[in-house]
Amino acid sequence: MICTLTRQLVLLMLLCYPVTVLAGSKIIATGGATSIEGSAGGGIVPWAVTNGYASSGEWAATAFATVVGVDDFTLNVQGASVSYDNQWEWSFARQRFKLDTLGGELRQDVFGMKYHFAGELLYTALPQLSLGLQYKKNRDFALPQAVGARDDSGIDLYVAATKVLFDQVAGRNLLLNATLRATKAHQTGLLGFGTATDNNYQLVAEGSAVLLLNYNLALGVEFKQKPNQLAFAHEQHWRDLFAAWFVNKHLSLVAGYADLGSIAGFDRQQGYYVSLEGAW
Amino acid sequence: MTQFIATLVMLCSLLLGGCSQPNKPSLYQQLGGAEGIAAITDGLLYEIEHDQRIVHHFADTDIERFRRLLAEQLCELSGGPCVYSGGTMQQSHSSFNISLADYDALVDGLIKVMQRQNISISAQNQLLALLAPMYKDISYR
Repeated sequence: MICTLTRQLVLLMLLCYPVTVLAGSKIIATGGATSIEGSAGGGIVPWAVTNGYASSGEWAATAFATVVGVDDFTLNVQGASVSYDNQWEWSFARQRFKLDTLGGELRQDVFGMKYHFAGELLYTALPQLSLGLQYKKNRDFALPQAVGARDDSGIDLYVAATKVLFDQVAGRNLLLNATLRATKAHQTGLLGFGTATDNNYQLVAEGSAVLLLNYNLALGVEFKQKPNQLAFAHEQHWRDLFAAWFVNKHLSLVAGYADLGSIAGFDRQQGYYVSLEGAW
Repeated sequence: MTQFIATLVMLCSLLLGGCSQPNKPSLYQQLGGAEGIAAITDGLLYEIEHDQRIVHHFADTDIERFRRLLAEQLCELSGGPCVYSGGTMQQSHSSFNISLADYDALVDGLIKVMQRQNISISAQNQLLALLAPMYKDISYR
């Protein structure tokens, strides 16, 4: 796991090296990190910001790798995104959820699209507002089907509001995010979508609060409400705590603690969260 | 546990206390007074001059006048003993068509200058809080 991450880190740094002159105009850290679904955000919550540093009229690209290791499972995610005009974001993430105790794995692809339609993160009283869509497709459906999932694909829709408030806590800036999501996904889609008896969308709320210690360092906390639709086992809300280091506009690192609650009958799934992002 | 919470509350109030003292220096003082603001203004002019993204917006600008008015504005905004004698932000940016990227570039330049002058993060954020809302008056005019 760590080896894979190190290899990806080295690769990202090599990729970053020759193009250090190219970076968008957005202020450092305002592109956020990349969430496990590939959308710009915190660790588990998509935000209204677009990935990378593309301001008006500019393009940006990002690539990321994330590992979340909890007691009985390990989630590996890799992906990339392209953003334009500080308005559009297109993303892709490939997730591999290893069932360390049970054996086997569940794989899922997430294609994301985000449109920033109002507000500016830093400059307007109105928070930055975005609409997002995530098309999720299971690459392994035998287990999700066996535990009651109806479909191997689903679409999440969300609206996110994100705002940086200046000079809030001990002179530091505070980023607040609220996301409302409509979803049919079980365990964010890793256990499929919908059930035989209920194929309705569930409305869930997600939130993040991040204290920006300076331009490069931030401390955050997140909460992600989750539906609990499958009969075979309880699904619980997720939460995390993280520290983010925006080394420069090309490289950022997030490390934290994740509490994923009960997953497939395994209670109290807690552990580490590590994510690395390269941006151009 | 109670003791832990009490200690935490005390630590927090100590940490935040610095910001709520009655005789806290004004932002103007935190920026270094007239001298500090002159240095910020000159530093920002230097950043603009060396920023290919935005320097063209200043092609027809009377730099001496711009320097004087910017210093006046920063002084007045931060609570210093000055009166800004220039036009409104809408007037002075009309037909410039300042984009979000231009605004970001200027803020980036200002941050560089404030970092170079070792202005505290708190004072930097107080100034940014005053300048950020001007975006709506300055952009896309």
